[in-house]
Amino acid sequence: MTNPPGTPPQPPRLETQQTISAEIAEIRDAYGKAVAEGGPRRDHPDRDYPPYRSSVLRHPKHALVVPRDPEAAELTGPVFGVTDVTELDNDLTRQHLGEPLGERMLVTGRVLDRAGRPVRGQLVEIWQANASGRYAHQRDQHPAPLDPNFTGVGRCLTDDDGRYSFVTIKPGPYPWRNHNNAWRPAHIHFSLFGTAFAQRLVTQMYFPGDPLFDFDPIMQAVTDDSARRRLVADYDHNLSTHEWSLGYRWDIVLDGPAATWMEEGR
Amino acid sequence: MSTSLPPTASQTVGPFYGYALPFAGGGDIAPAGHPDTITLHGTVYDGAGAPIPDALLEFWQPAPDGSRAGAPGSLRRDPVTGAVIGRDGLAFTGFGRVAADADGHYLLRTLPPGGVPYISVCVFARGLLHHLFTRAYLPELTDIDGEPLLASLPPHRRATLLAVPEHERVYRFDVRLQADGVHEETVFLAFE
Ligand SMILES: [Fe+2]
Repeated sequence: MTNPPGTPPQPPRLETQQTISAEIAEIRDAYGKAVAEGGPRRDHPDRDYPPYRSSVLRHPKHALVVPRDPEAAELTGPVFGVTDVTELDNDLTRQHLGEPLGERMLVTGRVLDRAGRPVRGQLVEIWQANASGRYAHQRDQHPAPLDPNFTGVGRCLTDDDGRYSFVTIKPGPYPWRNHNNAWRPAHIHFSLFGTAFAQRLVTQMYFPGDPLFDFDPIMQAVTDDSARRRLVADYDHNLSTHEWSLGYRWDIVLDGPAATWMEEGR
Repeated sequence: MSTSLPPTASQTVGPFYGYALPFAGGGDIAPAGHPDTITLHGTVYDGAGAPIPDALLEFWQPAPDGSRAGAPGSLRRDPVTGAVIGRDGLAFTGFGRVAADADGHYLLRTLPPGGVPYISVCVFARGLLHHLFTRAYLPELTDIDGEPLLASLPPHRRATLLAVPEHERVYRFDVRLQADGVHEETVFLAFE
């Protein structure tokens, strides 16, 4: 049966938000209890996180193996330079003839290692949906409008303080098929390199106060409350510009081998 | 270490990186036509034994002379149009990035690494909340007893890290994110 024109597509039978939310709560409670009993805090999501259904067949069941090798190639990493990035690549609002629709904003912050040292001259890449929550991607079938003036891809190199900055528009939330009525909170995807390949990070930045946080199994996969909070940017009024744009600040700390070991290895 | 900042959590690369991260020539680390070029290729599988078409793989390795300095220019861009114009054909950047195709297959052309017998591999995918590191060891370069990582693994686990020679200079290296009941799960690495 086809839908009458103008009605949203009917999803196939999927589990309810209630089911997913109950699983999220159960895992979070178990983690809280384990930490209260002296268990370790976890800064990263578990790769095995059933509420995110796609993780079920895509996570290893064996424990990761730690190569105790001071000569490991992963203690060094790729470098990028001015040839890899053009001047305008960090302004996502100037990649087309016209201006994109949406809330114009500046997103900036520092990339640091765990010792607090700036990660200098490294590549930061971002991608995001447009203001309507639609990716400029052939496989995004969400029936929200494409914006001919917005692709949603940017890159830059960090400066001597480890700072990156992007001018873009605020992405919209979008639906996905993890469960019935599943919506992702608004987010920007980030890809980061450190001085060591072992510091590689791909993550997502969220916006303060988004009502969708609690419903989203990808964000909630970070079960530690403070680790999850660190994925949310701060609105910073000092970064907003009179009659032009809003400003958000988000610092990123790259995980990786213990700094001492890294120095020995380099 | 006097300070230790908590790290930013990983999140999945998701399904929509395809217009952002892959770049033309991402799998061509070897300068075009270099006589020592080797091909490393394989398929990324899930726990049902199905290929993963939206996996993204990154590769890092020392240059043939053992240098680990890398070089800029993996994703060189035209300063006028912003389009990727590819590597300059001379510098060995040591870095590759390849999106798996609709069959979950990837292909890398590179030069043999110097000083180590392996190419480092980092796997991203929708459904994978935190990337995974592994290594493709090239059998001709590998002395198993001299490699503490390999020597520490039982043979059936170790085998998942050894690229399989198919033809001269062509190696197969499949990545299995989870055992499927027939095949062994790939050994994945953590750097602490
Ligand atoms: Fe997304």
